[in-house]
Amino acid sequence: MKVKYVPYSQLADAWMKPGPFAKFTQTCVFWQLLKFSYYNLKIIKILAKGH
Amino acid sequence: MARVVVLGSGFAGQTAALNLRKSLDKKHEVIVVTPQKKFGYIPSYIWVGVGKMKIEDTQFELAPVYKKTKIGYVNGLAQSIHPDDNYVMVNLNAGGEEKVEYDFLINATGPKLNFAATEGLDPDVHHNTVSVCTPTHADHAGKEYLKMVERMENGETIRFLVGTGHGMATCQGAGFEYIHNIAFDLEERGLLDRAEITWLSNEQAVGDFGVGGMVIGKGGYTVSGKVFAEASFMERGMKWITGAHVKKVEKGKVTYITIESSEEKIEEFDMAMLIPAFAGVPLTYIAKDGSDITGELCAPNGMLKVDADYSSAGRGFDNWKKADWPATYQTPTYKNLYAAGISFAPPHPISKPASSPDGTPIVATPPRTGMAAAIIGHAVANSISDIVNGVETEPVHTASMGDFGAACIASMGKSMTKGGAAVIGMYPVVPDYEKYEYGRDMDSTFGDQGLAGHWLKIVLHYLFLYKMKGKFGWSIIPD
Repeated sequence: MKVKYVPYSQLADAWMKPGPFAKFTQTCVFWQLLKFSYYNLKIIKILAKGH
Repeated sequence: MARVVVLGSGFAGQTAALNLRKSLDKKHEVIVVTPQKKFGYIPSYIWVGVGKMKIEDTQFELAPVYKKTKIGYVNGLAQSIHPDDNYVMVNLNAGGEEKVEYDFLINATGPKLNFAATEGLDPDVHHNTVSVCTPTHADHAGKEYLKMVERMENGETIRFLVGTGHGMATCQGAGFEYIHNIAFDLEERGLLDRAEITWLSNEQAVGDFGVGGMVIGKGGYTVSGKVFAEASFMERGMKWITGAHVKKVEKGKVTYITIESSEEKIEEFDMAMLIPAFAGVPLTYIAKDGSDITGELCAPNGMLKVDADYSSAGRGFDNWKKADWPATYQTPTYKNLYAAGISFAPPHPISKPASSPDGTPIVATPPRTGMAAAIIGHAVANSISDIVNGVETEPVHTASMGDFGAACIASMGKSMTKGGAAVIGMYPVVPDYEKYEYGRDMDSTFGDQGLAGHWLKIVLHYLFLYKMKGKFGWSIIPD
């Protein structure tokens, strides 16, 4: 019986918080325009895999 | 001439009806039975719930769409299905009953919002909490939220509690969106420091969403989505309680137990939005001899059993496989009866089940998002069309949740310049641990967050309202 990887660590302290640069990129229009294109391509790939 | 009847006008039902009408000659009838007069774009209700969108902007009238697309429309609530004699009894909204006969029937009735499963949770009865699950609930939630804003502007500190209202609830994504939209809006108003915002959920960890969480690649690392979900809460100073089953809701407080302890804990609030458990709608199935066969055809939660392996539930989480899940959504007993969207009974959860020490099950149950519901409705419609058109004798179009992926855009703030959303892609929805080390294709499973996500969410709002109206080119838009 293969043991499945369950993607939840029991280490409740394993957290992460965005710093100033990460927060800047979240609303940087130029960067987000690139991300918008990237998301659309990734989603098209997911849709294509399902058909 | 065939008559195909669709019960329900949500994502699954509307998609099925439009595709049936497109694929079938005019001589065949396509009829939608629904108690709704309007289609509601549910993903945008969370914006209504924070006063950022009017409910009218999430809806359109169904009658003109059905008239234009030549789809029959019976505006009433289906009460009973008589599968031996192929008809549905409908209580008409205008009064009276109608017997609707069919050659093929698709149950796309969606969920019953089982508020009654949690004492004190029903917003219409107890008024202890709000909900964003229906248009009227979302509208009311928006008004209540703005009252809280006014209190904060007057100097009060307000406690918000958002999440799930039962140990077996689903739809954590909607709660995740709502809590983030509250936090974003308060931050924009300069009031976030006067809010104590808490997430209370049945998930074993934040980011589970009823799909067992996910593992993504980020910056060269392989990392659990839990880390990013928690990071999004930490960013706005929100705390979280997971693995929780809400036992009771009273004015200003919830009583809950957790996976770790059956000792009752209390969480107080000024405003709470807790998603209820879902069940199948109260439809009875009546055999030819008049006997009630609902228990034979449906799972205990009232959802219709289809071509899934329901014996797999007893084999335990470590033995669950993608093959357990349905593919054609045809019921085993009645070959002309199908279930699409939330109406079908899943064979078991996707997430790893757990329970409180007293045995109370606490497990995030499988979500069926609009995308998944529409994909299933589309496949069922195609199967039925092939049979009606004489191309096939059995359903051949499949849409197993183990074979298709999903993109979920979870809003984290509505603003074209400062807003954001989490963009989550996963393939497949139901993890396949036989094929993929972490259950999913790492190339097609990703998570990210930012303004572009909000742009995507807004585009989807307008795109899907357009598509569901059956307007020119609607079928080019993917499900």
